[in-house]
Amino acid sequence: MRVYELLFIVMPTEADEAVDALIEQLRGVAEERGASVTKIDKMGRRRLAYEIRVSPTTYTDGNYVVLTIEGSGSEIAELERRLRVTESVIRHITIRIDEDLKRAEKFKAKRAARLAAGGGRRRDRGSAGPAEVFVEAADDATTEDEEEVS
Amino acid sequence: MATPRARRKGGFIRRRRVCRFCSEKIDYIDYKDIKVLSAFVPERGKIIPRRISGTCATHQRMLAQAVKRARNAAFLPYTTD
Repeated sequence: MRVYELLFIVMPTEADEAVDALIEQLRGVAEERGASVTKIDKMGRRRLAYEIRVSPTTYTDGNYVVLTIEGSGSEIAELERRLRVTESVIRHITIRIDEDLKRAEKFKAKRAARLAAGGGRRRDRGSAGPAEVFVEAADDATTEDEEEVS
Repeated sequence: MATPRARRKGGFIRRRRVCRFCSEKIDYIDYKDIKVLSAFVPERGKIIPRRISGTCATHQRMLAQAVKRARNAAFLPYTTD
């Protein structure tokens, strides 16, 4: 099972109903292919960081929508094709996130394990104290040297 | 020992830089989270290097990836002139 994040920007001139209709259409395409849309995040209208030009018009605002999709990955090609063909979509990105999320999960587990073992790492660093002091002393020496020169 | 360095003779302050993502226990940097990203992308649009921000290697990689995605989504600028 793979998890994807489908982000697309719709023209700001498009009505909210049209955006909803597009989302429904994409959801239909996904479900037809055995994938499910687990989350719909309508981020709404916001300013673009740079202008995006689509043939005659230049857009400075966009209506952001993010769909989270769980599936095999084979449905993504069709979804992307639809987004490319849809005139009112000015930008779209698909990102696979399941691997990143799994990695985040791993970090979390590691941290929990470390905490359970008595928060080891910090103490280790403490025992490395003398070396640090030595470096500091060396630093001071160089600054003094510089002062003598000036 | 991890406390900020005191002012020293030379006059400038050197501080022990700690990775912000490690201390805040962030495991995944979301490209949609502009609030976080913009802290590492100044006006010019360039990503702040590790040597300045103190971010650890793992998180810097994640950050760079997120910033690049955010640029693509027009959340952040590629350049400003």
